Amino acid sequence: MNEFLQHLLNTLILGGTYALLGIGLTLIFGIMNVVNFTHGALYTVGAYFMYLAVTALGLNFFAALPTAVLGGLLLGATLDLALLRPLRNADMDTTMLVMIGAGIVLQSGTLWLFGGVAKSIPTPFPDAPLQLGPVSVSWLRLFVLGAALVLIGLTYWLINRTRLGLAMRATFQDHDTAALMGVNVRLIYTATFAMGSSLAAAAGALLGPVYVVFPQMGGMAELKAFAIVILGGLGNVTGAAIGGFILALAEELGAGYISSGYRDAMGFLIIIAVLIFKPTGLFAKAERIG
Amino acid sequence: MSERAVPILSVEHVGVRFGGLVAIADLHFDVHPGEIVSLIGPNGAGKTTAFNVMTGFLKPSQGQVRFRGTSLHGLQPHEIVRLGLSRTFQRTSVFPDDTVFDNVMIGLHRRSRARLVDTLLGRDRAGEAALRDRARELLDWVGLSGRAQEKAGALAYGEQRLVGVALALATEPAMLLLDEPVSGMNASETQVFVRLIRAIRDRGVTLLLVEHDMPMVMEVSDRIVVLNYGRLIAEGPPAVIRSDPAVIEAYLGQGSAARAAAQSVREAANA
Amino acid sequence: MTQPSRTRHLPALVLLAALAALPFALGHDPYLLNALITTGVVTIAAMSLNLLLGFTGQLSLGHIAFFGIGAYVSGLTSLGFDVELFGGLRVVHEPWPPAVGFGLAVLATAACGYLVGRLSFRVRGAYFVIVTISFAEVVRLVALNWVELTQGPLALTGIPPLGLWLPGLGTTVLRTKLQNYYLVLAVGTLCYVLIGRLVASRFGRAMRGLKENESLALSLGINATRTLTLAAVISAAMAGAAGSLYAHYLRIIDPDVFLFSTTVTMVIMVVGGGKGTLLGPVVGGLIFGLLPVALRPVMVPEAQWMVFGLVLIGIQFVMPRGIVPGLVRLVAPRRPAAASSSPVPAEVRP
Repeated sequence: MNEFLQHLLNTLILGGTYALLGIGLTLIFGIMNVVNFTHGALYTVGAYFMYLAVTALGLNFFAALPTAVLGGLLLGATLDLALLRPLRNADMDTTMLVMIGAGIVLQSGTLWLFGGVAKSIPTPFPDAPLQLGPVSVSWLRLFVLGAALVLIGLTYWLINRTRLGLAMRATFQDHDTAALMGVNVRLIYTATFAMGSSLAAAAGALLGPVYVVFPQMGGMAELKAFAIVILGGLGNVTGAAIGGFILALAEELGAGYISSGYRDAMGFLIIIAVLIFKPTGLFAKAERIG
Repeated sequence: MSERAVPILSVEHVGVRFGGLVAIADLHFDVHPGEIVSLIGPNGAGKTTAFNVMTGFLKPSQGQVRFRGTSLHGLQPHEIVRLGLSRTFQRTSVFPDDTVFDNVMIGLHRRSRARLVDTLLGRDRAGEAALRDRARELLDWVGLSGRAQEKAGALAYGEQRLVGVALALATEPAMLLLDEPVSGMNASETQVFVRLIRAIRDRGVTLLLVEHDMPMVMEVSDRIVVLNYGRLIAEGPPAVIRSDPAVIEAYLGQGSAARAAAQSVREAANA
Repeated sequence: MTQPSRTRHLPALVLLAALAALPFALGHDPYLLNALITTGVVTIAAMSLNLLLGFTGQLSLGHIAFFGIGAYVSGLTSLGFDVELFGGLRVVHEPWPPAVGFGLAVLATAACGYLVGRLSFRVRGAYFVIVTISFAEVVRLVALNWVELTQGPLALTGIPPLGLWLPGLGTTVLRTKLQNYYLVLAVGTLCYVLIGRLVASRFGRAMRGLKENESLALSLGINATRTLTLAAVISAAMAGAAGSLYAHYLRIIDPDVFLFSTTVTMVIMVVGGGKGTLLGPVVGGLIFGLLPVALRPVMVPEAQWMVFGLVLIGIQFVMPRGIVPGLVRLVAPRRPAAASSSPVPAEVRP
């Protein structure tokens, strides 16, 4: 029983960052109709930004985090302006291939610059875990959960309560109509890609200190983000948030009760199951036909 | 057309709902062999939805469609074609990246009986040659021989429509559904198309059209079925439809585009 | 491809002759020969991927799964294994000849292609792409974790080389690089011919129809699921054959054979060479398979990968249709469309 409680707690902590990853990816897909194959690379780069901010810049851990998120935001905006804006009228396959190329450049570039040896990011938290009755959790992981929840809340606020969010929702509904109503759709696309990228970078910056930072860390994260987004339905932000926690639960239970080697397989099994039984995702509204 | 004849197509109390929106309600009519029937109605009346139900692209929420006595319930589009019910599309009627000739070759898919083994062993030369002859015949018949080697996507709009008709005829249908076949055509192209429709009927093919061009509908149809807000509001020969008050009202009740259509109904009536 | 002409196959025949003569021109240099063999193997896989990606328009990014399954099935068949399944069921397999492994690899991957096809063609677009990636990743994780069967990260070692039985000559075990080179060339040529016949047939036309306008294709009686699944089965079987050749040539395989980056290499070969053309993946395969050989003296592998990424981006901007269609347009400029402005009156002769 205690073991189960511990799994639930771990789920909560892992799920927060998974939700961040998923929301970023689903936003970009929903609004821009782009499958972002740089998402994993941005996650990696976010972790390296965090590492650089703490070690090279000597920033305080809590100041380094927003720096890394800002770095992701700027990198995302650059990618959109350089690669996606010129291809706005291209089909989805074209943008997918370009994003795969950009992901390779980013990942190989990271490997080139930093080498393959994993780095760890020092944190100001005490090593001793916090005991909560039968379960224990490290202070760092608790902070990661808190920060992830704050970022998710911020994203919701931005989408639902600001003018930018209104324009994003209008673009999501119908970009032609949004453009007619005076929305600067090009700007919205750039903002969306930058925002989605910053969420991926934030997830990397948060999980980097928990584990270690290495150039290939984004590959698996990207595939997990796909699983989360399929689970929630492509383009569904709330679905992605819930999907993040479901995937975390499946992984925790899979690793705890089946075999830790297949932890990473859970996401894909979920994808395959969802596609067999409910191809529009678990939280899709009534199917649109015709 | 004798009312006692067995209908080739029966739309039996078909209803389609999208969420809360009723696209078609209790649509019920028959088409008899050899007829040219038109389905008309203002924009959003449910005409294309009805077509999509008849050809298996949409599942009706209630009711069913019968074709030559067989219920089409639960059949996929490709299975319905095999029964002899074919269709054209409103906008995208061709395979744009292939030549006109290859378009028709794709359309002759069901005419070829080649097995995979024979294909991989290169033993289907004769079958392919026969198929090419058939494709040339069809192109000649619709008058597109001169365009055979052009990319279908590069053709003028009216010519793409002709390719669409050639493709549908390649399936050797007993009945053909034409979705707004002359929209975007000029008057002379439309006249040529009217002759084509009659020629298709003379080949023994029954026709059902969805069309906005009222003069054309009045000229070519044996019978007209009128939809408004997903409901059947009138049915009969052109002479009856053009003076039906419910039809005039339906077209007048709409926006300016519909009013123009209503105008054309009256013009056609006076013609 | 409307009028079959004798010159249509000329470029392919010239290329085949050049490839057959290449080892002599290179003076049997073992390093280059090795690069050519592995390039050839990946090129066969790229040709098979082109059947899906180019001819049906389905962007399958899990193609490496079939390649890897082919490699493992072939390797395990010829090495033998002894595993215990759930419930204490023990399965012991004595080693069989490598040629049987090759045959089983083709059959097993064809079956996988059927299963994946039936499952994943229920969805299109982004969903399809993601489900294919997921499939490859699950297979990689199984290869990594089912240590009893696959040795996991320790790799399957000592895989025997293929033997070839020829009438009158008996069985020859293909040990040398030169023998393996010609084997890969022969299998590649066979795949090329089979794909060529397939895409020129009603099956290939059905694939093109579905790619260009799915609704229209359906309305012409084309069965989408059956057509796409057929493409997936043939494509998977060819990738499996390539994987088997790979296993018996290198004689060692580990779970890295399933890495996503190899799929990306294949995609670059297909898209760069010209998707939906017969020669495209071959030309692309040779260029991008041998590019690392050219780049190796001047840059580290990470930088080579950056070049690959930039090439993939650049192709989409500069030459979205690929090298072969680009060359064709240079050699044979489009004849001016005769009297394109005058609409042809549709003369109906009842």
